[in-house]
Amino acid sequence: MTGGTTSALLPRTLLDVRDLKVGLPTRRGHLSILNGVDLHVKEGEVLGVVGESGAGKSITGLAVIGLLEPPARIDDGEVWFDGARIDGLSGDALRRIRGARIGVIFQDPLTSLNPLYTIGFQLTETIRTHMDLGADAAEKRAVELLDEVGIPAAASRLGAYPHEFSGGMRQRVVIALALCANPRLIIADEPTTALDVSIQAQIIGVLKRLCREHGTAVMLITHDMGVIAETADRVAVMYAGRVIEDGTVAEVVRNASHPYSHGLMGSIPTIGERVGRLPQIRGAMPRVGAVPVGCAFAPRCPEVRDLCRAERPAMMDGRTTSAACWQYSPRWPDRSGAAGPEAGIGTAGAESAAADG
Amino acid sequence: MTARPATGTAPGIAGRLLGALYRGADSDLAYSFRRNPVVVTAAIVTLLYFFGAAFADWLAPHTPFDPSTLSLGDAEKPPAWIEGGDWSYVLGTDNQGRDIFSTILYGSRLSLIVGFSAVIFSVVLGVGLGVTSGYFGGWYESTVMRAADVQLTLPSILVALMVDGVARAIFAGTDIKTDATFAIYVLIFAIGISAWPQYARVVRSATLVEKSKDYVAAARVIGIPSWRIMLRHVLPNTMGPVLVIGTIDLALAVITEATLSFLGVGIPPTQPSLGTLIRVGQEFLFSGQWWITLFPALALVLLVLAVNLLGDWLRDALNPKLR
Amino acid sequence: MAETALLEVEDLAVHFRLPLPVAERAMGRRPKVLKAVDGVSFAIGKGVTLSVVGESGCGKSTVARLIAGLYRPTRGRVAIDGRDVTAAKDRTRAIRRRLTMIFQDPQASLNPRWRVRDIIAEPIRAFGIAGDARETGRQVDGLLEQVGLAGADGEKYPHEFSGGQRQRISIARALASKPDLILCDEPTSALDVSVQAQILNLMRDLQDDLGLTYLFISHDLAVVHHMSDRIAVMYLGRFVEVADAAALFAAPQHPYTQLLLETIPDLGMTGRDREAVAGEVPSPIDPPSGCAFHPRCPHANERCRTERPELRTAGGPDGATVACHAVEEGRIVGAPARGTADG
Repeated sequence: MTGGTTSALLPRTLLDVRDLKVGLPTRRGHLSILNGVDLHVKEGEVLGVVGESGAGKSITGLAVIGLLEPPARIDDGEVWFDGARIDGLSGDALRRIRGARIGVIFQDPLTSLNPLYTIGFQLTETIRTHMDLGADAAEKRAVELLDEVGIPAAASRLGAYPHEFSGGMRQRVVIALALCANPRLIIADEPTTALDVSIQAQIIGVLKRLCREHGTAVMLITHDMGVIAETADRVAVMYAGRVIEDGTVAEVVRNASHPYSHGLMGSIPTIGERVGRLPQIRGAMPRVGAVPVGCAFAPRCPEVRDLCRAERPAMMDGRTTSAACWQYSPRWPDRSGAAGPEAGIGTAGAESAAADG
Repeated sequence: MTARPATGTAPGIAGRLLGALYRGADSDLAYSFRRNPVVVTAAIVTLLYFFGAAFADWLAPHTPFDPSTLSLGDAEKPPAWIEGGDWSYVLGTDNQGRDIFSTILYGSRLSLIVGFSAVIFSVVLGVGLGVTSGYFGGWYESTVMRAADVQLTLPSILVALMVDGVARAIFAGTDIKTDATFAIYVLIFAIGISAWPQYARVVRSATLVEKSKDYVAAARVIGIPSWRIMLRHVLPNTMGPVLVIGTIDLALAVITEATLSFLGVGIPPTQPSLGTLIRVGQEFLFSGQWWITLFPALALVLLVLAVNLLGDWLRDALNPKLR
Repeated sequence: MAETALLEVEDLAVHFRLPLPVAERAMGRRPKVLKAVDGVSFAIGKGVTLSVVGESGCGKSTVARLIAGLYRPTRGRVAIDGRDVTAAKDRTRAIRRRLTMIFQDPQASLNPRWRVRDIIAEPIRAFGIAGDARETGRQVDGLLEQVGLAGADGEKYPHEFSGGQRQRISIARALASKPDLILCDEPTSALDVSVQAQILNLMRDLQDDLGLTYLFISHDLAVVHHMSDRIAVMYLGRFVEVADAAALFAAPQHPYTQLLLETIPDLGMTGRDREAVAGEVPSPIDPPSGCAFHPRCPHANERCRTERPELRTAGGPDGATVACHAVEEGRIVGAPARGTADG
């Protein structure tokens, strides 16, 4: 809906997730896994969703396509896809959207391929489910797709079973499957994590090239900042079940506004430069169900003020990106001249790293 | 190597015990237990049996195996609520005037003793063989596991029958008296030996998993001896499934004992177990004294059912996340 | 170098015989042999970090486990301070005490049924380091504080800690016997990046404070770059290049090293385009003839396909050694540092 009518020149918003909340009822009460996720993907764009394990990035992906494992469920919020609301759709309607208009790639290619059927059968079946094609035409398209994802001698590999392919080749097949029906959006959850490092690069290359050629948007979920840096146009950084920063990849990587993203990027060793000590964020992300009130990052933040502990910041315009951080609010104490009472706390305490939890 | 000094610091034994109790009561296991009324009932029934068996001497209204207290005048009395019944013999009496309720209490005691001992015997044997074969591997593992396979092809009751028969044949010619106590030992051995393969298999595969974990590697790097690694590191981490099988096996052992006794190769009627009671009683079934065999049979069914339900629940509660 | 080396490894190899189904064995088929490590040699001086880097299945972890004595080598020699410790009987308590190990998976490397206090105390007790229970407790407290945990954490069980904290416990246990050499098998691969930084910093601080020597196993080139003095690149059971860290990244010589540096996603590479079609890692059960890398190598010729190259000094200033015919013959020279030539 949003932006669709304003201008034909601006890329339309394809996926719009608004204040998404996902919870898990347990015997110890309701566990909040996502605490209001806001993100959007524009047409043809690669959005990288990054965060550490437990930040909720995979859950976000699953919630968007309606694959949440019960008893986890969407408590609140909206998911809009291509101008229509898709959260709360029936299983059948969602399944139709999933194959035809949203492609899905999971971490482990083995779970996405049925070991009992040939690659060709799985491809043609998917193609014919979602497109009005005859058997021959579907097979032709299958060969084209395998060709596109870089599988050599594609026509002769149609009769092969998944176990006859290596891990990298399987992931290529999965990409072909996801692209079958020319979807508008692909949700890729850690697509390279299970692969060898030198193979990762190939898969990223394929994914990136194909999406550009087909104009497919990608929501790329990964913990690997290197992959994001090379692949994404825009990055959403997640922390403790929320998106806390959203901006272009160059800005987020080099010049992040949120102290967490800033610290995260700094703590990754790079090949370019060698430092004596890595800058580190002390402590660890709060566990699900133990997220503090106020800003979830406050206990680890070198810039923390009273305001941060009391009230949860919304997304606001930061220096270069938008970030959920009080620093960019007019209410930030330093803005009015007087330094906050706790100014500078925490920077000295970096040594006593893991005392929490 | 060195004697292991107790960790002398911190909360002390009482504190630790309290802490463990608290954690236990707060655990997932306790929660799933409390939420399941069938399991709670089964546990209460099982406990009642244990209690009745342990305190049979005080609880039983009569002493059925002391011939001096029996009078034939009280023989074949029906249960108390039927005409001709007597409230001092609630469930009636048998052909020799023994109180059925009391014989059930004593019979349950014997059945449980035999069942428990047999389970402990097979656990010790099976777990020992399982851990060592999983840990050492090689021809030793192959031998143990093939032996287990061979034994598993034979029904356990057949194994028990064979062992029982062989033992009786061997000891028949010796000085050792083949009396009731002796029969109990033979039974325990026979039932126990028939059940070890499943423990050995389960523990071996769990050992293979644990052995490949790095905490075992860490212990090996600093030169901890193999027996100690098996005992202190591997064994405690393989006990979950053993507990489950052991519980279900207890029910099986009680049934096997009853079957053997029913077939007449188990415990003699002078010291009857539940199985013996059923066998002796069924002779009177057609002459109208149904209570002599029915009540011991019901007692057996109830005990086995309760223990089985507990075992099933344990399996479900422990399996999905064995932690 | 040889006289100051703390750890010396010569032509170390381990071949695993793969189990064969009974039916195939009955048909007289011989079991296949996996040459996990096939002749590696290196030395590490005191206080130095040597990293072994390579993709999964190249045998880098096996190298560490061989040195730790967890596998019996098929051939070769391991020496600590000049003393041969290859055979299990030569690994006296005094030797074992000097060499410990940190593992990859913080979940699996701590016994879930033991209290942290007992986990850390195990080496202290095994080597009889502390006189009595009190002293043991004091040392455990000290170790916990040394790795950034509190003494009271000793009463807890491993599952009560986060991954990073568990890795701290692992490090505390590794330090308990006051070792000289720590074998680090992918110590941060299972951790999140912000926690990884904490652990890497801790490991470097400990190295500075205690003069530790590390053998650091990793697949992550950036981490290796950060941690190492010297780096060995491993491919299918053999070292293909050994060089000082700075030199390796500035001028990688072996085509495989170049490929790794070229393909690994890095934070500094935003917007880089790639279409690296470089084939797959072959199976170590049936490695290619000659140079194992030749099917993926752009410089391969007939000699590479038939004759296995040995590690030779590459003529660099820092004593880098490379196992490559093409480099030896001068067909390729060290590539420029990554990033500069890329679009």
